[in-house]
Amino acid sequence: MTPLLRVRELKVGFGRKADANPVVKGVSFDLEAGQTLAIVGESGSGKSVTALSINRLVDFGGGKIVGGSMAFARPDGSVLDIASADESALTGIRGREIGMIFQEPMTSLNPVHTVGAQIEEAFRLNRGLGGAAAQAAAREALERVRIPDAAERLRYYPHQLSGGMRQRVMIAMALAGNPRLLIADEPTTALDVTVQAQIMALLAELKAELDMAMIFITHDMGLVAGIADQIMVMQQGEVVERGPTDAVLDSPQHAYTKHLLEAVPHFRGGAAVRTDRPAEGVRKPVVAVDGLTVRFPIGGGFLARKSGAIHAVEGVTFDLIAGETLAIVGESGSGKSTTARAILGLVAATRGAIQTAPGRSGRPVQMVFQDPFASLNPRLTVESLMAEPAIAAGQRVDARLRERMVFLLERVGLSAEALERYPHQFSGGQRQRLCIARALMLNPDVVVLDEAVSALDVSVQARVLDLLIDLQSEFGLAYLFISHDMAVVERIAHRVAVMYAGEVVEIGAASAVLSQPHHAYTRRLIAAVPEMERRRQRYDVDTTPVPSLIKPKGFEPQPAAWIEVGADHRARVEE
Amino acid sequence: MPYLARRLLTFPLILIGVSLLVFFSIRMIPGDAITAMLGTESGLLTPVQRQALAEYFGIDQPVLVQYGRWLSGVMQGDLGLSVTHGRPVLTIILERFPLTLELALLSMVIALGIGVPAGVLAATQSERPSDVTVRIIAMLGQSTPGFVVGLVIIYVLSVYFGFVPTMGSFVPIWVDPLANLAQLIFPAITLGFAFAASVTRISRASMLDVLSDDYVRTARAKGVPKLSVVWHHALPNALIPVVTLSGVEFGYLLGGAVIVEQIFALPGLGRLTLEAIGQRDYALVQGCVLFIAFNFLIVNLLVDLAYAALDPRIRLGAR
Repeated sequence: MTPLLRVRELKVGFGRKADANPVVKGVSFDLEAGQTLAIVGESGSGKSVTALSINRLVDFGGGKIVGGSMAFARPDGSVLDIASADESALTGIRGREIGMIFQEPMTSLNPVHTVGAQIEEAFRLNRGLGGAAAQAAAREALERVRIPDAAERLRYYPHQLSGGMRQRVMIAMALAGNPRLLIADEPTTALDVTVQAQIMALLAELKAELDMAMIFITHDMGLVAGIADQIMVMQQGEVVERGPTDAVLDSPQHAYTKHLLEAVPHFRGGAAVRTDRPAEGVRKPVVAVDGLTVRFPIGGGFLARKSGAIHAVEGVTFDLIAGETLAIVGESGSGKSTTARAILGLVAATRGAIQTAPGRSGRPVQMVFQDPFASLNPRLTVESLMAEPAIAAGQRVDARLRERMVFLLERVGLSAEALERYPHQFSGGQRQRLCIARALMLNPDVVVLDEAVSALDVSVQARVLDLLIDLQSEFGLAYLFISHDMAVVERIAHRVAVMYAGEVVEIGAASAVLSQPHHAYTRRLIAAVPEMERRRQRYDVDTTPVPSLIKPKGFEPQPAAWIEVGADHRARVEE
Repeated sequence: MPYLARRLLTFPLILIGVSLLVFFSIRMIPGDAITAMLGTESGLLTPVQRQALAEYFGIDQPVLVQYGRWLSGVMQGDLGLSVTHGRPVLTIILERFPLTLELALLSMVIALGIGVPAGVLAATQSERPSDVTVRIIAMLGQSTPGFVVGLVIIYVLSVYFGFVPTMGSFVPIWVDPLANLAQLIFPAITLGFAFAASVTRISRASMLDVLSDDYVRTARAKGVPKLSVVWHHALPNALIPVVTLSGVEFGYLLGGAVIVEQIFALPGLGRLTLEAIGQRDYALVQGCVLFIAFNFLIVNLLVDLAYAALDPRIRLGAR
């Protein structure tokens, strides 16, 4: 039997001299109908370019197929070489036989058309449906991807839906043509863990139902284990290993595969937490947050009256201890970042107290942001970048300050030569090291790390985490570590606070919270974390909606009731 | 609609600000209406005669008193009396405005009709010969002064085609539509050429941005044909900067196009304002400027409404 797709020696290049410097350097694989192939690799491995070559969308990004063949079996038994097909043949195949979903649900839907119109268009183009039939099909498609009130949602514009909802709309659209092959390019990377689990469950369910083949691009080995039949590992444009899922995961042959498997932080249910927590007697609180509440009024203006408020953070209480990491976990919109911003004084607390010990310098709290590419001014040299916090604190740029810069650069694994260079001359991991060094310039007591390793490749991520742990013990820093990645949290946190809908629902020692979650949300969150050990497993589709944060004017929540689950482990009582 | 109400409330404030500015600045120019009217013969006036004339025109009072009088007139819909024309300012402006409005609309139709398709074509053919050609023409259009284009058009028309458009007096569209069009089409092309060039450049740049957006890739991935990707998925997202530019240009055109009106001898708002300034016809200048400012406010409001019509995120508010 001929496979659905047979790719041989595929080479893809970019720009004017596409053949001279290919990004994909001879990739070959077979994909049988109904099977799932996972392509795994880090950024720059060529995995996304490979995926975009299969439906030739790569042409529109300036790419060019410079060699090889892609034999695609058509339903009528004929075989089309996609590598040499012309644009009109490709337009006929896209959507109809090869569907695709992308990484960025927030930007992948057209903002000026309703989601209904966009799904209907797919049915019109690929199934020849029109008018009421297309509309009915669109509603059914939305129901199939488990969007509640589908008929109503058809009239929504993309910006009125959450990321998870938008990705479901994308899936509904990609499946409209009943494709025999679905390409999913990191479809859950931009989503929260619980939403990721829902999308994965949905994909697995639909795939079985429709007997569709799938190419699944990801950097996450844990996700791969849950869905793939075959795994192909790519590094710098070449395939380094390919085989059945179990073989690749259990006995990897290539050094790079082994390295990837080791570097990926695996969530081990609280078994891998740090043990270097400061002893009870010497714990010194540097920041005490008591009943922090942040609300943003909505409505209001020239004529309209204030109609209510977004209760972003509600009654949050915790201490930050020198030498200790408190991790805040929760999904987007749960109030993690707003809490951090309040501690830094970037947003005003509506209520509650944040007490900061005077500390070693005038500026005890510093911050490292998520995106190392966006958080360094591209026009400044590293020296000017590192001088900025000092200048802001009224210090002079002198030999002593430069000495400190060199000292810190060396501590984060960079050399003094870096001072004269510009941010674009560094890799993502190096830039994040620069951001960390800059945050330490004023000798702070507390560093707030807002998703500080989320944008980094797994192997880089592991090294930056190690660096953070070293710096913490060397300088006795307290970390407030905000993350959605439970495996990363397990590696760096001493204590964990779980936030849900603006409130802390569970807080305590990392080992206790991660191994014996008490609150229903914490349990859901931990169950959603993909694990290597769970192969081809069916997640349950859970569509519990998050409660709205928008409350009417004058609304006050009930005071929280807590249960002590254990020593240093408490959870909010659920209604 | 509270937003619209809020916007309309700001109109009187802005108009009062504009009127203050023009009221006092025009009085800072040396000379007055009497001197401007009588020229050197004004030296023959006896002080008593001069005083009588000044009283007649109301310019003997302190400036603030003059402003107060003028403002209370405006409130009642009376923009005052033109010294040079001897007729109400509002009547004169409303006589001249149809020409200006028609010319502006015609220019905009030409500019958008040519500029948007040309920009879209250039963006989809980026760096190919048709793109380069469009860009060169657009560059020429933006850098050639209006009077050059106008004079070339008149020269070609009269010398090679023996056609001379009606000059001097305006033929309204409701009197003779064909003669009206023959009179206005060439000035409109002159104005529209530069306008179209700007529209082309901004449409091209905006389209290029949008064509690399994720949702355009999505549209291609679901098999949308090329033309529909461009016109249905990309263009609506690329129009916001085009609307912004067109609004500003249209606002300027509603203030009259002095040079083109001069070349084609058209009695538009631009020449009226210019002549009024030369004649120190204070009431007429004030009236014209106020009218032009009001037009600008209306156009800006229309531009904002167009944004809302184009983009549901603006219409419905971002989450």
